[in-house]
Amino acid sequence: MTKLDSVRGTKGDVILDVKGLRIRAKSKAGWAEIVKGIDLTLRRGEILGLIGESGAGKSTIGLAALGYVKPGCRITDGTILFAGEDLSELSEAELRRLRGVRIAYVAQSAAAAFNPAHRLIDQYTEVAVVHGIRDAASARAQAVELYRKLHLPNPESFGERFPHQVSGGQLQRAMVAMALACKPDIIVFDEPTTALDVTTQIEVLAAIKDVVRDFHTAAIYITHDLAVVAQLADRIMVLRHGDLVEEGNTRQILEQPSADYTRQLLRRDPPKRDTTTASRNILTVSSVDAAYGSIKVLHDVSLSVGEGTTVAVVGESGSGKSTLARVVTGLLPCSKGTLMFDGRAIDSSLRRRSLDLRRRIQLVHQMPDTSLNPRHRVREVLGRPLSFYHGLMGRLRTARIIELLEQIELDPTFLDRFPEELSGGQKQRLCIARALAAKADLIICDEVTSALDQSVAQGILRLLMDLQKNLRVSYLFITHDLQTVRAIADEVVVMNQGRIVEQGPKDEFFAPPHHPYTQLLLTSVPQMDPDWLDSIRETRAALARAVSLA
Amino acid sequence: MSTPADHSPPLNIAPADRPHRQDPGRFRALLEGLRRAPVSAWFGLVIVAIYVLVALFASLIAPYGEGQVVGSQFDPWTAQHLLGTDNLGRDTLSRLIYGARNTVGIAFLTTSLAFLIGGSAGLVAAVVGGWVDQALARLIDILMAVPQLIFALLLLTIFGASVTSLVSIIAVLDATRVFRLARAAGMNIAVMDYVEVARLRGEGLIWILSREVLPNILPPLVAEFGLRFCFVFLLISSLSFLGIGLQPPTADWGSMVRDNAILITYGDITPLLPAAAIALLTVGVNFLVDWFLRETSGLDDET
Amino acid sequence: MGNIPKLIIKRLALGVFVLWVVSLFIFLGVSLLPGDVATEILGQSALPETVAAFRHELGLDLPLHIRYVHWLGGLLTGDLGHSLANGRAVSQLIGERLGNTLFLAGVAACFSVPVSLLLGLLTALYRGSVFDRFTNAVTLTWISFPEFFVAYILIMFFSVQAGWFPSLSTMREGDSFAHSLYLVTLPALTLTLVVTAHMMRMTRAAIISVLGSPFIEMAKLKGIGQRRIIVWHALPNALAPIINVVVIDLAYLIVGVVVVEVVFVYPGLGQLMIDSVQRRDITVVQACSLIFAATYVLLNMFADVLAIATNPRLMYPK
Repeated sequence: MTKLDSVRGTKGDVILDVKGLRIRAKSKAGWAEIVKGIDLTLRRGEILGLIGESGAGKSTIGLAALGYVKPGCRITDGTILFAGEDLSELSEAELRRLRGVRIAYVAQSAAAAFNPAHRLIDQYTEVAVVHGIRDAASARAQAVELYRKLHLPNPESFGERFPHQVSGGQLQRAMVAMALACKPDIIVFDEPTTALDVTTQIEVLAAIKDVVRDFHTAAIYITHDLAVVAQLADRIMVLRHGDLVEEGNTRQILEQPSADYTRQLLRRDPPKRDTTTASRNILTVSSVDAAYGSIKVLHDVSLSVGEGTTVAVVGESGSGKSTLARVVTGLLPCSKGTLMFDGRAIDSSLRRRSLDLRRRIQLVHQMPDTSLNPRHRVREVLGRPLSFYHGLMGRLRTARIIELLEQIELDPTFLDRFPEELSGGQKQRLCIARALAAKADLIICDEVTSALDQSVAQGILRLLMDLQKNLRVSYLFITHDLQTVRAIADEVVVMNQGRIVEQGPKDEFFAPPHHPYTQLLLTSVPQMDPDWLDSIRETRAALARAVSLA
Repeated sequence: MSTPADHSPPLNIAPADRPHRQDPGRFRALLEGLRRAPVSAWFGLVIVAIYVLVALFASLIAPYGEGQVVGSQFDPWTAQHLLGTDNLGRDTLSRLIYGARNTVGIAFLTTSLAFLIGGSAGLVAAVVGGWVDQALARLIDILMAVPQLIFALLLLTIFGASVTSLVSIIAVLDATRVFRLARAAGMNIAVMDYVEVARLRGEGLIWILSREVLPNILPPLVAEFGLRFCFVFLLISSLSFLGIGLQPPTADWGSMVRDNAILITYGDITPLLPAAAIALLTVGVNFLVDWFLRETSGLDDET
Repeated sequence: MGNIPKLIIKRLALGVFVLWVVSLFIFLGVSLLPGDVATEILGQSALPETVAAFRHELGLDLPLHIRYVHWLGGLLTGDLGHSLANGRAVSQLIGERLGNTLFLAGVAACFSVPVSLLLGLLTALYRGSVFDRFTNAVTLTWISFPEFFVAYILIMFFSVQAGWFPSLSTMREGDSFAHSLYLVTLPALTLTLVVTAHMMRMTRAAIISVLGSPFIEMAKLKGIGQRRIIVWHALPNALAPIINVVVIDLAYLIVGVVVVEVVFVYPGLGQLMIDSVQRRDITVVQACSLIFAATYVLLNMFADVLAIATNPRLMYPK
């Protein structure tokens, strides 16, 4: 204990020094290396950004900074020196002494990381009390202070609530408070804003930035979003497949990246294309209301999709955008209003729709993992709609399946694979091919890229655009991501709390003047500029007030 | 404007986007798993195999007939009667062997029937939902509100204790448990997007049940079959022991214990043998199911 | 907190409804009995006039719904009818035996509930250790044994060989509490063994399934020790399934007592029920079934109410 205590103090010293860290994970095939010899140093008061796509090993490294590895993983080589002691050599009891006290952790999903059975304040005070740093009363008083600093509502009574009584953004800030409870030397932030809506993300981000600055805490900030980390980090490490791609201070990485991979991550703007205008509408939704039971989720929604064009429906969670998709597919019959497809009024209930109509409107889901039956091979996934709608059998059917696979840039060797043998991007391509197999006229894409890494998502978007050019298929594209809208849309519809707040051609949408909510959305998207967060805070606060008053 | 995902040839999977694993065939995986199976699983497998063989070839193996009186009352263990004779002078070993056929066979038949009824009703309830589900679930709730053994006793009093009524009563009662499991497992699958895709496509109930849902809940159902079998087997044995199950002269392990229980007070363990036979099979099946569950759920119990 | 009483009242109402349906089931089931109870008792050779008179005496000549109302009314006032076999009042037959059954089940519960909860906690705490594996194998084996097997093994060792306890638990009126306790040791031990294995395994499983949650990992990363994680973090979240399994096993103690009572010739309700089933003494079987079912329904209701009361999501709505 003495050795550790003596190091607390001078700023700028190295507080964490990781050398040659290697971590292996157990898989069915055996042990695979997921962190391949990483060196990392963190100085007092410094914020280090770890960035990479899924499988980069960034979370694993972040946890290793607490001397922790997930079940099924183990550290095979390297040292993790924290204040002179190697965490990989310490016993569990010695590590417990450090965790929560000297090194704290903020998890991605606060909703899952808070214990549902206890009040927030009790979970806050637990760390200090268990470690014998404070008594419960002074820890409570301190919590109120921190809650106030993090702009949580009613800081005096906030902690008395249970996790389920608090919104996602507030819960995430409560977890930041909990991490600060013992004034740690290091906080590891593991994608703390990824699960949040953009307008909430920026609030949490600003709160984190403030407290970390105030407390002079060193931090490791893990994320897949370079623009987010740019707002906080002094230094950035770009990781890929457990290897370091490049390391440098934030401005240098943003302005003069040396690795191709970093350049690719920086390239935020997906391919643009010319907008098309349609001669006729394939789908028209007129003043539709819809409800789940007694809870009304859509209010007077009207929009139309032109033949061969893309209409993007943008909104945050709870905006009703996915409900709109369900209404168009017929899964949720609307309680008011009409639907027209290809010039004819159609029944709002799926049960009464003809097979041909079902064939012409296809849906692609957000999660490719759950939209493919794990027990069906690619052959069956694509073959079923072919025989079901078009009566194709035998060799003809196989030929058509291969043709479809070519359209989604997969080769015939995929025919007999199960979904679990495909990557996330390949699965999503397969789902698109399934819609194509039906020869759909309108494909509803429900957040089809949001479960995928950025580079993979861009491939999917490009595929969708190519298909539209060749097949004249129309898309109703549901998304929360404005970058995606910029790439793919011809028309944009913005939804908030079940209502359309703005709609029109894409170019008008991205050019001022904006509806206040649209502007709030637009200004909430982090930019590749370290000064962006500070510059935007004032205007955003005014906007948020305007929207909440409206 | 290019990413590696798009420029690599199709087969060459983009590194950022790798598949999780290459693993064909569930059956082969199971065989592979069996090779690495722990001793307890092998123990279970061997026991079950032996019981099945004995049950199938009972009449060939047994030295005497099922109801044949071959000696005097309660003969001790001798060369002629390896395990002595029972209260009516019948050969205990032979009755033990025939008991494998009768007790195990009837329990197996009952469990299968229970799965047929409960499984299909549960799956239909899960997939169709709505009032069908509600009605079935409430009916089952009420049936389950009465303890199984008591219900069985009541119904057996009403309908009389014959093999047919025994099998059908217990199958119906046990079907309620199967219903619950099949419904719960089915619900987990029924909310999956791929089932929604099939619905949107216009597939019928039969397709959705047999092609979309069933293949995905087979492992828990198989495991449950093992557990339900144990339960039914113990229930039938208990009923027979109470004198209300299989009726004489059918050789049955439960009633064999009851008929000869008096010997225990003289320190003779023979009457415990049929009870041990029941216990051994249940242990074997339980060990097998335990291993199977661990293997198919992919859960490793270690931290 | 306003909706908690509402939820509980709803659950209680459901329980009463289920009890009513069960009573209807039991009554109708018995009424639909093939053959005539009067003929059955008096024998095939009885004169038609005798049978008719007897039917009238039993009230069997009345329409079904009137008989049901009479029967239900009788139930509610504690009149369970008369035994067909010996003409004694069923309530009298049952009264004393119900007490015996509850005594036996109570003794078993006093042992098994704390022991199995503790074992469940310990095995979850030391998951993967030799102690855990050993307990796992033993309970898995134990759970597979028919009750009469366990009972006879105990008799074999503790009664026949060691001679410590009697193999027959014949209770007499006026036995002292200590003597009664001595008499029920073996049957209570049998029940305890059978039930403990199940309860302990389920407790362990409930806790372990919670241990996979992200908030447990978070607790580890806060430097919380394993013991506190299990007790403060995991246990409160595993309460609902644990309460459920405890209640199921308590219900089982009362119901599963049947076999054990028969083995030890213990004068309880189960023994009475078996005797009556064999004699086809319908009124007694009817009454016993109803009492067992009612116990079961009440216990389940109690479990659900407790689960509602321990769920913070329900106790503290948004």
